[in-house]
Amino acid sequence: MGAAPDAQPAQTRGAIRIEDVVKIYEPDGAAVMAVDHCSLEIEAGEICMIVGPSGCGKTTLLNAIAGFHDITSGRITLDGDVLCSTGRPKAEPGPDRVVVFQNGALFPWKTNLQNVAFGPVMQGKLTVREAREKALGMMADAGLAGVENNYPGEISSGMRRRVEIVRALMNDPKVLLLDEPYRALDSLTKSVMHEALLEIYYKNKVTIFFITHDLEEAIFLGHKVAIMTTRPCKPKKVLEVNIPHPRDYGVLTSKRFRELIEETSEAVHEEAIKAFQTGEKEG
Amino acid sequence: MAKRRFSTKSLGRGLFSIVVFLILWELGSSSKHWIGADFFGPLRDALGAMGFKKTWLPWIGMIPAPSDVLRAWAGVVGDSGYWQSWYKSFLRVMAGFTAAMILGIPFGLLLAVNRTAFGIGFPVFEVLRPIPPLAWVPAAIIFWPTQELSIAFVTFLGAFYTIVINVVGGARSIDVRFFQAARSMGSSRWDIFRRIILPATLPSIVVGSAVGMGITWEVVVAAEMISGGGGTGGNGLGFFIWNSYVGGSYELIVVGMISIGIAGFISSELLRALGKFVTPWLRLR
Amino acid sequence: MLYRLSLWLRSPRPFLMLVGFTLFLGFWYLAVEVWKLPRFREMPGLTTVLKEWTNPDPAYGLSIYTKDYYSHMWTSVWRVTQAFLLATALGVPLGLLLGWSKKLKDFVFPVFEMLRPIPTLAWVPIAIVMFVGTEPAVIFLTFLSSFFATALNTMLGVESIDESYVRAANCLGASKRQVFIHVIVPGALPFIFTGLQISIGVAWFSLVAAEMVSGQFGLGYVINNSYTQVAYPTIVIGMITLGAVGYATSALVRMAGNLLMQWRIRELAMGEQ
Repeated sequence: MGAAPDAQPAQTRGAIRIEDVVKIYEPDGAAVMAVDHCSLEIEAGEICMIVGPSGCGKTTLLNAIAGFHDITSGRITLDGDVLCSTGRPKAEPGPDRVVVFQNGALFPWKTNLQNVAFGPVMQGKLTVREAREKALGMMADAGLAGVENNYPGEISSGMRRRVEIVRALMNDPKVLLLDEPYRALDSLTKSVMHEALLEIYYKNKVTIFFITHDLEEAIFLGHKVAIMTTRPCKPKKVLEVNIPHPRDYGVLTSKRFRELIEETSEAVHEEAIKAFQTGEKEG
Repeated sequence: MAKRRFSTKSLGRGLFSIVVFLILWELGSSSKHWIGADFFGPLRDALGAMGFKKTWLPWIGMIPAPSDVLRAWAGVVGDSGYWQSWYKSFLRVMAGFTAAMILGIPFGLLLAVNRTAFGIGFPVFEVLRPIPPLAWVPAAIIFWPTQELSIAFVTFLGAFYTIVINVVGGARSIDVRFFQAARSMGSSRWDIFRRIILPATLPSIVVGSAVGMGITWEVVVAAEMISGGGGTGGNGLGFFIWNSYVGGSYELIVVGMISIGIAGFISSELLRALGKFVTPWLRLR
Repeated sequence: MLYRLSLWLRSPRPFLMLVGFTLFLGFWYLAVEVWKLPRFREMPGLTTVLKEWTNPDPAYGLSIYTKDYYSHMWTSVWRVTQAFLLATALGVPLGLLLGWSKKLKDFVFPVFEMLRPIPTLAWVPIAIVMFVGTEPAVIFLTFLSSFFATALNTMLGVESIDESYVRAANCLGASKRQVFIHVIVPGALPFIFTGLQISIGVAWFSLVAAEMVSGQFGLGYVINNSYTQVAYPTIVIGMITLGAVGYATSALVRMAGNLLMQWRIRELAMGEQ
């Protein structure tokens, strides 16, 4: 019960099921378990926030879904199709699950417009001209008109994030995978980015898989918030955020919001202390 | 992006291509024995037009084969003169390189730390740098009383430039926050230099040294070949090669080349090991 | 650019630069011609060199007025250009492939690393044996060191590219070939150009060595010959010319790099504000 209760048609694609996934690393011979029998269900069109201390293994999950790393056992499916499983442990990266990276991965040598148009052009889905037109339109929608012909190095990091999100959405993906995208931004920019993200979301109902360590960010944005244990990670507590969408800034001071924070902050704090004590290196 | 995992697969492939390389070399060099003169006719003529010698196999024909080289090497290994050449070259390399480090590191640090010194010294440095060290040979011979010293000077120059550039680059890229942190904890200027600038520049010094070492070998060999290698009873590997060429023993030329290659590799590895010892914190990355 | 020039002029930098040069040249002049210090006595002095250089009828045959001066310069420049372009044309693709394909690297790199440490001049006898005439041999020697430097730096450049870019391209549906063209090549470009600047320096180094040993033309030959002919001021003229030309070619490479990497310039310009 996560989709927005407004008049727009409910999303039917982008449902992810993570079933009993285990991931063991062997960096120098010593086996390290990063993900421990993690199971999670994400509904189509839902914003699912993954919260946990640094280094707990949440990025591993994202990498598994995206197809950058393999899993040791378990299964991940997307709309019923198996992405990766024990038999075939690595998914293929693809435009149905586009990633927005923590430190940004806009190509510095291409203009913003070229970046945004990159996906469809590479896949041959649109001609260069068509792609550029569509890109211009989407960028304007996202409030990015005017920076098309600049290079990513010339605009602010907040704008870069938005360009990267638009670049991802150009491919009409089923899932948008966000790996702590706003981690490096100051809190003022962050709150603006949150509203911008929601705006974009309301126009394109993709499933969003969003990793963060910021509990407030998680509850503000998400339909579902999964609080993960410290390494090896698995869901400690899964919360359904029943604040109705569309949400805005005002939600942050609402009573319901505060209640949800109270319910969950203890769980998050516990894990944070554990992570601190074991001296987790940045994941 | 490149993960340096030492796998037997990589090792196997490497060995495989080295073997293939040696086989091709062997075949090419002995081709004059089993391929007729006209076999590559038109190809040879075409290559001849480009300047390659028109002997048996276009350019490999005249090069001694690995088997001959190995035989020659086995013959020379017992000769003390050969090892003396090794020793002489190594000595020159070490001398020039050490001098370059002793003078280059402080000079580089001075330039990096003091803006006035940088303003005065760096432009002159940059103007002199494009002059290849070997171009200094005649001037050095005029200036220094002995040949040995002139070779040492030229060797020193080669490494000096690289080391200074690397030190300056390394010092300038030190994160400003280290300074701020130190100052807020009450460090004096000397303290800051000793505890922040010096250690932070060490990686660049190590890199600069590695590159400088390669250049040093180049210069030593070149200097030895050009100046006839005389000096006080010294030959050196460069002279060894030149002598072999003049004496017509081509196999020994290759022996000399490989020897220098190995010597250069050894000194680079020694330097790298020293570098790791001096910068233990980098190992843990 | 004019703005930055005016900024620079107003800073203490030009003044300090003058101080530096004055100290250096002054010392040279004083040590050789005025104080006549022990070892410096024999050296050609600053004024001697300058006078010779600007002499319409030079005592040793080379000055800015003689044709030979320019033909020697041109010979050296032309040789370096050929060798450098060849080394770039072969070295960059090889480096790109070595960085891109682990498999290829496994095969090729060991042999490459075995040949690389052999100093350029050590190849001289082999070059003489392989080639007819001096010219191809000299160019070959110059080419060699340049090639190794370019290929190695290109390879390191590819390996230094942030993994995220490749991953992003994969997400966006790019094929391996497209990743290579749109991510690897542009991503490695800054490193490639740093390598090229090193490469041209190395090329000059090898060229001078080769010319000193085997040439009848070129600046390296001039320097060596002037020494044997006891035409000392000309040695210095040769050295200065070498320095100037070497610097000019290096600057050309850098400018070419800046032209190809507009995005870098603008990025750096943002950073300076």
